[in-house]
Amino acid sequence: MLQERIPDLSKYVEPDRVRKAVYTDPQLFELEMQRIHEKVWIYCGHESQVPKVGDYYTVQVGRQPMIMVRGKDNRVHVLYNRCPHRGNMLCGDRHGNTGEFFRCSYHAWTFQHDGRLRTIPMMESGYQGTSWGRDNPDCNVKPAARVESYRGFVFASLAQDGPTLLEFLGRSKIAFDDICDRSPEGEVEVVPTCFRVVQHSNWKIFLENQLDALHPSVTHQSTGRAAHEVEKEIEKRTGKAPLSYHMLSAFATVTIDKWDGFQTLNYPHGHCILTGYMGLRPKDPDTLEYERVLAKAYGEKRKEEILSTNIHHVLIYPGLSVQSPLQQLRAVRPLGVDKTLTEIWHFRLKGAPEPIYRRALAYYNLVNSPSTMINADDLENFWKCQVGLQSEGGEWVNFQRHFGRDIEKDGVVETGPNMGTSEAPMRGQMKAWAQFMTAEK
Amino acid sequence: MAKSKPVRKKKPAPKPKATSPATQHAVEQFLYCQAEILDGKRWQDYVDLFTDDGVYWMPPEPSHKTWDGMPAIFAEDKNVMTVRMKRVLHPDAWSQRPLWGTNHVVGNVIIEKESPNGDVVARSRFHMMELRRDDVRHFAGSYLHHLKKTGKGYRIKLQRVDMTNAQAAYDYVLQVWV
Repeated sequence: MLQERIPDLSKYVEPDRVRKAVYTDPQLFELEMQRIHEKVWIYCGHESQVPKVGDYYTVQVGRQPMIMVRGKDNRVHVLYNRCPHRGNMLCGDRHGNTGEFFRCSYHAWTFQHDGRLRTIPMMESGYQGTSWGRDNPDCNVKPAARVESYRGFVFASLAQDGPTLLEFLGRSKIAFDDICDRSPEGEVEVVPTCFRVVQHSNWKIFLENQLDALHPSVTHQSTGRAAHEVEKEIEKRTGKAPLSYHMLSAFATVTIDKWDGFQTLNYPHGHCILTGYMGLRPKDPDTLEYERVLAKAYGEKRKEEILSTNIHHVLIYPGLSVQSPLQQLRAVRPLGVDKTLTEIWHFRLKGAPEPIYRRALAYYNLVNSPSTMINADDLENFWKCQVGLQSEGGEWVNFQRHFGRDIEKDGVVETGPNMGTSEAPMRGQMKAWAQFMTAEK
Repeated sequence: MAKSKPVRKKKPAPKPKATSPATQHAVEQFLYCQAEILDGKRWQDYVDLFTDDGVYWMPPEPSHKTWDGMPAIFAEDKNVMTVRMKRVLHPDAWSQRPLWGTNHVVGNVIIEKESPNGDVVARSRFHMMELRRDDVRHFAGSYLHHLKKTGKGYRIKLQRVDMTNAQAAYDYVLQVWV
């Protein structure tokens, strides 16, 4: 039906502009859930969220309610949150421990952590002569078609076929290498608080904003200036202001003309990287101590390599933004064509000194919490975009900034010299979108 | 069997300490004035209610015992509060430009502790209605105030805000103190 109404999905996306319906049409939204989110690798959570057998977190993959659970085999399984009997959700809480097995609250069917049927009350007498029984795979809780993890970060794909996780991530896997390598032990663990914020806008608007280097000094000017004034005042009083003020003031002190000096790298499948700008390697005693610990663990040369990885954040299409040098990430869960949930997590670098955790925590609290002084203005813009796009005031969304001047080599699109504000990331994301949407089944 | 949740001994509800009607009255008046200052958007007056080492804290979970080194929705000293105030007052704080207003009601005031020097620990409950453009949101929860008695009246050493809404996903965000 939809295919009839939309004869050629590729008509929605041109190299430098897209139709507004891409953000506003509920039927297109259903189609992108089918063809993108319920097909490609979607981030479920970190293994340290479920350290003990039976620990679980519920998570939305596309439109599907899923459970990420630690099994007795110590593996992390991802299952549909649905009892195969009458369809009851098995886990009603957001997270918890299910004990030795899942037990449905409706008729007491029980299941192993990998989804296999364990018991049905009065199974022999009740199901004699029927097709229901332990040998029937329809009696198991359906697992995600594929589950893989990379350095502790668990992904699921609801499609049987497709690239492996590492093939899909390609060079964007650097997000997880960077965050983990910054730990002297090569590992991170989750800080068990998740900030959850709902945006009244299409999921793609958030993703596009993540690498939009033109917006910070406009959107976040008020916070940047406010933080800069207080930062200067503290410096005058005490000689030095905490780095957290700089994290906020950078939004204003890096003025609009300077953002072209940064760079974005755009990969296949819509993944992309914005290079760093916050100067997170000052020469204060805490940082120097951290560098000593890292050098001891990895050697001087490798330490230098790790700390010179130049990333502000990595976007893993279609639903994860990783800010590896500050150990945090935002997972994007589309709730509807104009409603999106972000789940925001912070991680500890195992074995790194406490001040490094605290420095990143300040950013987590100030920028990524529900009282954010930064995202407040982003979310306002996203909502305004959504409402504006729903109007008949125009058909197209324009992505022409620095168009035609991108440098492409080996499948990677780099913004040209002094063109950091190029809309190449939006062009790259929409190109990937069109490929996913029109791919053969 | 699936493990049932361990039965935790519930902490008995703290008994209100006998306190003088004068203290009760003074604390209540202080909390009412604080509500008026917030609803009146008198941000500098609000920041001035805090002692120099005062902290405004909203934990994301009731189990948190300290703001220090913990994820927090708010964990602000006077410097950070000043950033927030200056941001909200900046003409280009885009998201604060639309029609916006709040209405706090504070009640259930219990004096938990009164020290010989007049410092007070008080618990209370609040309900805040917020209007933003055409949307209304409701927030409710409890306050814990550590108040220092000074020549100019009470000053806040710690204001802990346990907002019941904090457990659920936030529909949009909070821009100023509750």
